[in-house]
Amino acid sequence: MSVSYEAVIGIECHVELKTVTKMFCGCLNEFGGEPNTKVCPICLGMPGALPVPNAKAIELMVTTGLAFGALIPAFSKFDRKNYFYPDMPKDYQISQYDMPLAQGGTVKYWLEDGTMKACRLTRIHLEEDTGKSTHAGSGDGRIAGSSYSLVDFNRAGVPLMECVSEPELHSAEEAVGYLESLRRTLLALGVSDVKMEEGSLRCDANVSVRAAGSSELGTKTEIKNMNSFRSVERAIESEIERQIALLNAGNRIVQETRGWDEINGVTHSMRSKEEAHDYRYFPDPDLVPLEVGRVDVERLQAGLPTLPWERFERYTREYGLGAKQATQLVENFELGRYYDRVVALSGNPQQSSNFVLGELSRLANETGTTVGDSSVSPDHLAELIALVETKRINSKIAKELLGRMWSGAGSPGAIVEREGLAQTSDLTTVERFVDDVLAANESVVAEYKRGKTNVAGFLVGQVMKASRGKADPAIVNELVTKKLSS
Amino acid sequence: MPEERIKQSAAETANDVRSRRISAVEVAEETLAHVGAVEGRLGSYLTVLPDLARAHAMHVDQRVASGEDLPLAGVPLAVKDNMCLETTRTTCGSKILEHWIAPYTATAVARLLEAGAVPIGKTNCDEFAMGSSCENSALGVTRNPYDPDRVPGGSSGGSAAAVAAYEAAIGLGSDTGGSIREPGAFCNLVGFKPTYGRVSRYGLVAFASSLDQIGPLTRTVEDAALTYDAMAGYDAMDATSIARPVEPTAAALREDLRGLRIGIVREFDSKALGDDLDGIYRAAYGDLERLGAQLVEVSLPTADYGVPTYYLIAPAEASSNLARFDGVRYGLRVEAADVRTMYDKTRAAGFGPEVKRRILIGTHALSSGYYDAYYVRAQKARTLIAGDFDRAFARCDLIACPATSCPAFRFAAKSDPYSMYLMDYYTIPMSLAGLPALSVPCGWSTPEGGNFPMPIGLQLCAPLFAERLLLGAAHAYERATQHALARAPLLEGVQA
Repeated sequence: MSVSYEAVIGIECHVELKTVTKMFCGCLNEFGGEPNTKVCPICLGMPGALPVPNAKAIELMVTTGLAFGALIPAFSKFDRKNYFYPDMPKDYQISQYDMPLAQGGTVKYWLEDGTMKACRLTRIHLEEDTGKSTHAGSGDGRIAGSSYSLVDFNRAGVPLMECVSEPELHSAEEAVGYLESLRRTLLALGVSDVKMEEGSLRCDANVSVRAAGSSELGTKTEIKNMNSFRSVERAIESEIERQIALLNAGNRIVQETRGWDEINGVTHSMRSKEEAHDYRYFPDPDLVPLEVGRVDVERLQAGLPTLPWERFERYTREYGLGAKQATQLVENFELGRYYDRVVALSGNPQQSSNFVLGELSRLANETGTTVGDSSVSPDHLAELIALVETKRINSKIAKELLGRMWSGAGSPGAIVEREGLAQTSDLTTVERFVDDVLAANESVVAEYKRGKTNVAGFLVGQVMKASRGKADPAIVNELVTKKLSS
Repeated sequence: MPEERIKQSAAETANDVRSRRISAVEVAEETLAHVGAVEGRLGSYLTVLPDLARAHAMHVDQRVASGEDLPLAGVPLAVKDNMCLETTRTTCGSKILEHWIAPYTATAVARLLEAGAVPIGKTNCDEFAMGSSCENSALGVTRNPYDPDRVPGGSSGGSAAAVAAYEAAIGLGSDTGGSIREPGAFCNLVGFKPTYGRVSRYGLVAFASSLDQIGPLTRTVEDAALTYDAMAGYDAMDATSIARPVEPTAAALREDLRGLRIGIVREFDSKALGDDLDGIYRAAYGDLERLGAQLVEVSLPTADYGVPTYYLIAPAEASSNLARFDGVRYGLRVEAADVRTMYDKTRAAGFGPEVKRRILIGTHALSSGYYDAYYVRAQKARTLIAGDFDRAFARCDLIACPATSCPAFRFAAKSDPYSMYLMDYYTIPMSLAGLPALSVPCGWSTPEGGNFPMPIGLQLCAPLFAERLLLGAAHAYERATQHALARAPLLEGVQA
């Protein structure tokens, strides 16, 4: 029981690419719809039909590879993966075996506390999705006990990218961090919707444990049927616990595929390695080898956006934002872009973050709109930040102004100018307000002198009120204290 | 004279229809009547399409009337039943597709129809094009029009028999290892396999995707050229079709062979085929020389590996191509309690023994642990064979050799599969190299114990994309020798 263990996890993701048409035919690539309405002889595997690759899918796949710094070989090819399955029209899947479109690469990700991590990729390859089977007559939709099955081929032939990581993740938290970063990156690249609930992102985890410090890999199990990041986290945790308990009890791990049971929170055996298929891969003779031109690679490389982890690092390292704030800005792509423009204009990342993630996001939530769609332009917000920075207005006024800008009041500088809202730091003016307030509140002043010093706050508040909020609160504070103590 | 008319070439019929000496509808009716008269003795067609033929013929007449210039106006067309023609049964000669109606039309077929051809019917073939005699068809027997006791060849035997017996002027076939050239030779026809990738495979039910190629069976070289010109060329629906302009071959038909070097393959010495065939081939080579060609000896040292190489690659691809016939979406389904058993029963009942044999060979060749030893080595051998041709074509413009090792044989004469596989000995190397090749009638030989002289074919083969040269030279040979005219098919007593 004294042995301490280390988990070793690798993740395989299937990602449906966001193309207009399917991978090898002209049918629409859209989620849902009446069964078997987005089909043609090609994606139904009719006799004599032939596949023709979708150039856009190849481009999206290469873009993805480049974003992760993978090698894009000049030469790639499609292979057939042969196995019988009712929702696979040709009873083979067009996939890539030994020459994938992207080799290697790294996914950078971060944990909740902001620690940056990296996980290398083995490969990313392109293939076609299968149809979907529905089992009827069993009550629970499972195949066991069902009397017949229905197949919907709308999804058959949708371009699918398989992204395989190296076994370099060591906890459920890291696995989720990796997946989050992968998801954010694919979204930023616009290559996929990455919606687990619609199946445009699906993932399996290979999990093993070994004695801490050991360099050998333990026997792994493959976990399937996880339908949210939360279930990935729970499933991996549960599987690590199960494996450690087995080892501690002197048992061995069996190499097998295990399904995650969401309701009972455990994994259960689906099939052992001995039942594994011989897929009889061979190059698809219906398709010619893929040659990805250098020019195309350079064009796609040049078109890459700033990647989520690059933004996270900038926000935390250069701007000094906290991990939570930075994550929020990375997560909400539009908000992040807005924020970036405000920073560029104001030169004040911290204040920008305070406004964007604070008051502005609150207003957006309240009104059910987005910051980007609001009438507060990044220029106006930058102007507001400058007004605060130069102490022309205080934060209370700033908040009030922002509310008015949200309603379309325009430039904050103009409002300040027009309504004389500039903060008063002029000593004589402020002193007059202070003297007036002290004179009008003799009883309170007396209380203070009797030792009840906390009434000073009330008096400061009265001065601010008398100045209609324009007095510089720091100066007011100082003067009030000085006069009371004199 | 209808009897004369059905014997017309495609070029002649198209001319007559274009110049409105006769209507496409009349040609179709006469052809259908002739089919009705002879089919009982031949069995060329699995499906005759009288309604579709009439509808197409009427449409052709309208197009001609409106001034369209159709190269194949009104030409009766027989389509091998492994090519899709929308609304018609496409069986591949198999029980598993016996009742399958194609929901779309193959590109090659569509292009011929667009050029004015009129579909008469779908022709018999070895099941999924696997065979050399049509005997592997699960749906019917096709007889050789020159001797009903003999096979028409295969796998495109139905199209060959149909064209030989004037049931169509053009027969579409598909050639994977010789399936157009061999029935062409057996039925006294021009059987032409273009360069791989020249004719779209879209809608051709795949046997071995890297080898399958559609081509015509015709009674003249000119008709082969016209057909090829109408259907060749890039097709966006077939990723292996070649985006390279097709120069019309019909304009390049020659009358002599002056200036051409023709390679005679040392390893294909016709002495091995017996005195009779040896004499025929020697005479054919002599005719080529007399037409002005210079004969040079070339060597194809790895050609001997053609048959074993082919019988790894073709079954490997077939084992995967034929997986889709699983009873789930179309075709035969034998119901069972669970899907695995349904697969097993459907495929057991739906496929014939030769198809099963090849699926097993192919599945084995691709299996983990055997893949490198079989499939990978076969691909390497294929590269070597193609290299042999490259070297040979450095010394010559065309290669001439036998098309087959014997004339059409009797039914059940090749019951041992290996002896049947050897039927494609002379045609397989060209298929593996993707080269254009054809067989053209070169003489007659009465087989031992046979009642009739049977046609013999000369094979000509050209470098990749040299179809113009190939058809041009074949035309010169055909015009000079006229072997095809030496004997009519056995249609006596048949009233058209």
